Amino acid sequence: MQRVYEVMFIVRPDVADEDLDKLIAGLDQTVTSGGGSVRSTEKLGKRKLAYLVRKFNDGNYVLLTIEAGGSLIAELERRLRVSEPVIKFITVRMDEEDKRLAKVRAIRATKKKLSAVQPVAEPAPVAPAPPAEAPAPASTETTTQASA
Amino acid sequence: MADEATTSTPARPEGRSDGPSGRPPGPGGRGPGGPGGPGGRKFFRRKKVCKFCTEKIDAISYRDVRLLQGFVAERGKIVPRRLTGVCTTHQRRLTKAIKQARNIALLPFAARF
Repeated sequence: MQRVYEVMFIVRPDVADEDLDKLIAGLDQTVTSGGGSVRSTEKLGKRKLAYLVRKFNDGNYVLLTIEAGGSLIAELERRLRVSEPVIKFITVRMDEEDKRLAKVRAIRATKKKLSAVQPVAEPAPVAPAPPAEAPAPASTETTTQASA
Repeated sequence: MADEATTSTPARPEGRSDGPSGRPPGPGGRGPGGPGGPGGRKFFRRKKVCKFCTEKIDAISYRDVRLLQGFVAERGKIVPRRLTGVCTTHQRRLTKAIKQARNIALLPFAARF
């Protein structure tokens, strides 16, 4: 039973790129050795922080999408808390949200299919109607002309 | 005069037709309580629709700051849904996302001191 989590953490801005990569690799190792899998790693780059965190004004944002059990996440968080370059982190559980989104999309897909069937039937009755109307006024016109 | 307290003077704001529930504070008098709800206003203000329902945005993530910033005031406070017109479910999700974003320093807790 694997749950999907999104872990976003901020690394100090004065940390070198290779150290950052080393840090991320270490975290990946923790996940895989604990029986989880890393779905994706995203480096969002340096951003200005909305408030001062440990006296820093900007930081390097990293987003990890992980499939793991709950206890592994606790271990990962402990690692993040202890590691010196990481100044803030947040873990969000995403599997329930993903399930809900998939459900909504499935419902929307079935709705689309229903509306796609109807328009084929509509143009047929519409087409004969205008030509049917056109001869009728024309015939009335001729009769009025004759009477006048 | 003896009973001055009960007579309604023109200075009092609740002179005109008053709703049973009382005046909602501020100019935001919209929703089903149109005529008879907001004190003084005969029509309800141009029924605002939920932005997420109309545009069919399902996922409100703490990561898209630009979307969240539209629902956060200048000082960083979350704007009430009677002003933005968001429906209840989306307001709850929005609040959760804003609080998550605040935790990860994407949005401020209190800004512009």
